[in-house]
Amino acid sequence: MYALRLFAVRHARFFERFYGFFEATYVAAAPLVRRIGANRLERPVAAVERTVKGTLFDCRMCGACILSSTGMSCPMNCPKQMRNGPCGGVRLNGHCEVRPEMKCVWVQAYEGSRRMAGGDAILERQPPVDRSKEGCSSWLGVLRDKGLVHREPAA
Amino acid sequence: MRAGRAGLPDTSRPPPAGYSSHGRLERVLRSGRFAVTSELNPPDSADPAEVYDRALVLSEVCDAINAVDASAANVHMSSMGICALLSHAGYASVLQVACRDKNRIAIQGDILGASAMGVMNVLCLTGDGVQCGDQPGAKPVFDLDSISLLQTVRTMRDESRFLTGRKLSVPPRMFIGAAANPFVPPLAYRADHLGKKVAAGAEFIQTQYVYDLDIFERFMARVRDLGLDRKCFILAGVGPLASARTARWMRANVPGVHVPDALIDRLEKAGPPKAAKAEGKAICVELIQRLREMKGVKGVHVMAYRQEEFVSEIITASGVLQGRRGRARALPAAPA
Repeated sequence: MYALRLFAVRHARFFERFYGFFEATYVAAAPLVRRIGANRLERPVAAVERTVKGTLFDCRMCGACILSSTGMSCPMNCPKQMRNGPCGGVRLNGHCEVRPEMKCVWVQAYEGSRRMAGGDAILERQPPVDRSKEGCSSWLGVLRDKGLVHREPAA
Repeated sequence: MRAGRAGLPDTSRPPPAGYSSHGRLERVLRSGRFAVTSELNPPDSADPAEVYDRALVLSEVCDAINAVDASAANVHMSSMGICALLSHAGYASVLQVACRDKNRIAIQGDILGASAMGVMNVLCLTGDGVQCGDQPGAKPVFDLDSISLLQTVRTMRDESRFLTGRKLSVPPRMFIGAAANPFVPPLAYRADHLGKKVAAGAEFIQTQYVYDLDIFERFMARVRDLGLDRKCFILAGVGPLASARTARWMRANVPGVHVPDALIDRLEKAGPPKAAKAEGKAICVELIQRLREMKGVKGVHVMAYRQEEFVSEIITASGVLQGRRGRARALPAAPA
């Protein structure tokens, strides 16, 4: 929801902290996830993630969440899906070139990042998205990347 | 340089030490000369003569000719097609790649193809949204963005591999460029964003039209603070404004172009269309001369929609070539 999305950016510092706790919690729960099976959990966890992050951030379930590097402004809401910063078409009022009624996702990202302790992560270069992970849980993805659970999600 | 098979420049050999390409643009920039590039407006035609007529005019005053890739999302002859023609005729071209129309499979293939044809420069762009062009119903691709595109090209060139790691037997030897727009929000972040592009592989930068020197100077100050002017060659974008009306139209309709009111007033005061056009040219020449004095600016990129002759006049009038002939030639001479 657009209003909540802007709210999340305004409170980027809070969400950064909250996610820090949350990540520590689910990383701690990795042995449990391993016992049940990450692939068996994929659908229910993805459904929860879609609901929560969809409401708060208009999350598009790209499967490679970088909200912590983008000031809590989801880059997949950018019509050009820019993951590395704003394009050159931003309007002078800070709105989107393609959707003039919407604030530029990256103008928001920059503002959000200035409120965060780890805001300089906005300068990290992001690789191209792996489109085959679309719809997958990025929380389980974090566990997979850390090698805590079986690597490949079920097809 | 020696010609490869089919009369194309041979790019299969590694470039000299300290160089990324065999191209003229890189040579001019690295030797400390003030570089001039311009763009060839692509024809709505399948006739190569329309490309050659425009290239002939520009090649006299430029070090490389950009072949635009459906700018503002309007369909024209493709950048690849134009670069192929220019390469065959011995002109130095800049391939423009916009992420809007192609996914990573098509783009990596095009980079190899372009390099094989002797194209020595590539400009990595995100691209304007499809909504602003003549095909608003098209599917926007945006598989990569400008920065991941830069990284892709650099990986292919420097590591001889595709994104997935598969090896290349001969890498593309290209001088890699990117665009920058210092004039739109978030202004405070624009120089840092340029830094990200440089870190991703950009060696030369062609900026959006510079009309507001105050904003540009603030941007360049930050660029110098970050040391980016020593890590890449910045070519400032310039172009003539034909009248106060066109200036207003551009400001309202071309994504990312910022024209300050003071310039529009100046054009308005100039009076009738002919006088306004002359004033527009004078403003452009002045901008080039002032940009040339700006620390960290290594060249200009002159753009004017479908006015190649006028571009040539402006570059000559600005005196930036200092007597040297531009000549966007990759080979000694173009075939007759």
